[in-house]
Amino acid sequence: MEAATVDAPLAPRRDHPSIWVQAPELARRSIMRTVRQPAAVIPATLFPLILLAINSVGLKSATSLPGFPTNSYITFSLAFAFIQAGVFAVIGTGQNLAEDNQGGFFNRLQLTPIHPAALVAGQLAGTLALGLFQAATYISVGLLAGAHIEAGLPGALVMIALAICICLAFGSIGLAIGMRVDAPEKVQSLFPLIFVFLFLSSMSLPRNLIQTDWFRTVATYNPVSYMVEGLRSLLITGWDPEALALGFGCALGILAIGLYFAATGLRERMART
Amino acid sequence: MPSSNGTLKEENGIEAQGLVREFKGGVRAVDGIDLEVRPGEIYGFLGPNGAGKSTTVHMLTTLLPPTAGWARVAGHDVVKEGAAVRDSIGAALQEAALDPNLTARDHMRLQGALHGMPKDERKRRGDELIERVGLSDAADRKVGGYSGGMKRRLDLALALLHGPRVLFLDEPTTGLDIQSRTALWDEVARLSREGVTIFLTTQYLEEADQLADHLGIIDQGKIVAEGTPEALKAEVGRPTVEVVPTDHHERDRAVELLRPFGELVPGTPQGAAVRLESDGGEQLADIIRAFDQAGVKVANLELHEASLNDVFLTKTGRSLEGAQAEAEQEQETGEQPALEGAPA
Repeated sequence: MEAATVDAPLAPRRDHPSIWVQAPELARRSIMRTVRQPAAVIPATLFPLILLAINSVGLKSATSLPGFPTNSYITFSLAFAFIQAGVFAVIGTGQNLAEDNQGGFFNRLQLTPIHPAALVAGQLAGTLALGLFQAATYISVGLLAGAHIEAGLPGALVMIALAICICLAFGSIGLAIGMRVDAPEKVQSLFPLIFVFLFLSSMSLPRNLIQTDWFRTVATYNPVSYMVEGLRSLLITGWDPEALALGFGCALGILAIGLYFAATGLRERMART
Repeated sequence: MPSSNGTLKEENGIEAQGLVREFKGGVRAVDGIDLEVRPGEIYGFLGPNGAGKSTTVHMLTTLLPPTAGWARVAGHDVVKEGAAVRDSIGAALQEAALDPNLTARDHMRLQGALHGMPKDERKRRGDELIERVGLSDAADRKVGGYSGGMKRRLDLALALLHGPRVLFLDEPTTGLDIQSRTALWDEVARLSREGVTIFLTTQYLEEADQLADHLGIIDQGKIVAEGTPEALKAEVGRPTVEVVPTDHHERDRAVELLRPFGELVPGTPQGAAVRLESDGGEQLADIIRAFDQAGVKVANLELHEASLNDVFLTKTGRSLEGAQAEAEQEQETGEQPALEGAPA
């Protein structure tokens, strides 16, 4: 090690640091961590696009069903790409936190006068950044592939806002899970379960066209249906306040529940005295 | 001994009494230990894996509440004044807890912000510490590409960023090569000279011997010996001398030649060994003379000073290496519950 002059170690005691200083730095870390892991960003962005392409080709004939709301299946199915991005938000956010637990980084944070709310906000910042990138990508690719946004440019912006809310909602579930596990693999193992949950919604067909009773019932109670329909309304119908209110309401409701469980998990995890 | 009223006499030290940590199944990872670490000294906490070293560090750094007993660090109670303790301490725990996607400078920036350091101070002190631990050239590289030694050095620099008065180093050199280990020892010694109190856990005898001003030896959650390394070694016994004659048939003659110098002890199959009656220096010359006069040619002659392993052996009935292997085997077979971080 090289010699260098450093202040004497007996530093003056500082006031309790502000959450407004801590949260942006934790957010910066979370965003950099996301940006510097292309192996996490690329599949999370590409996989929904691949499914979108397959569905658009394979299920195109669904548009000829009586009552189908549009004759462009890509316009219909584009909304689901945003929801799939949410699945990756659960897994990504949960895995990041589990890695922090496993590698001891969480202990490092605990040894500082960290504000718990700053930790939660900071962790979600990377999710938000990724959600923004994904939303912009899906809208651009969708438009290039022939999708149409009935609500126009303002509608596209609202779609991005709703997509971010959805990512944060799913991200908060990831946080709640990540707080309670110590290995990223445990978060990863939830992937199939969450994916099934997403498919039991109105993602492939409008609810009124689902013929199987139990499926239609599950889809009606599944909040994912309302988030999909909120996005889809901007693409197909134009401005539908009810669909948007339900979409935003479900996303924000899940976010609130996720944050509550993340906060209780954090309280248990931060066992410091 | 710790002061009986539970108040630390000097504010940079560590004091604990009857400290206990019990985990699920009633297993006591730490079983009623007393500690007194004086300000500015390096206190070595030596023991095999699973002895309770890390659990003790977690309690002293406020990461784990004790089941019983009390501890004060830098004048603050670890249970009632956790925030004040954390303000006063720095810690590099067993795993170099770094984010592989961040650079050294990113880590410094984040750590400084979390400690509430002003922006310019964060930057200045961060740069100084990066230079001090020899990472200036790698400061803007992602930590994921660092060697184990570089990670440990960064971990140490991060622990020092906010100017702690007490530093906890939990097995800081485990897995490092000799060069990195020596560099870290130099830095620890320098910090001690600057007045930082250092609590260092280790499973390496040499590390404890070289660095520690005072030493606590822990086994199965209890401190089995405490004192300066010299005093502990002196306590367990005098040095031994082992002689291997050039002609193996002369081993019996070698035994007879050594007998007057002390108590015969088992040596290697080819040699004879004796525990000396005094400290060794004078008797060694007499032994050489005796062999020379008897015409017994010597292939090898070794003076073995009492080691910390001898201390461990005397106090626990097992060698430290044996205890280590035992602990590893228990972990592999799952006989011992995973203790660390699993509160009852």
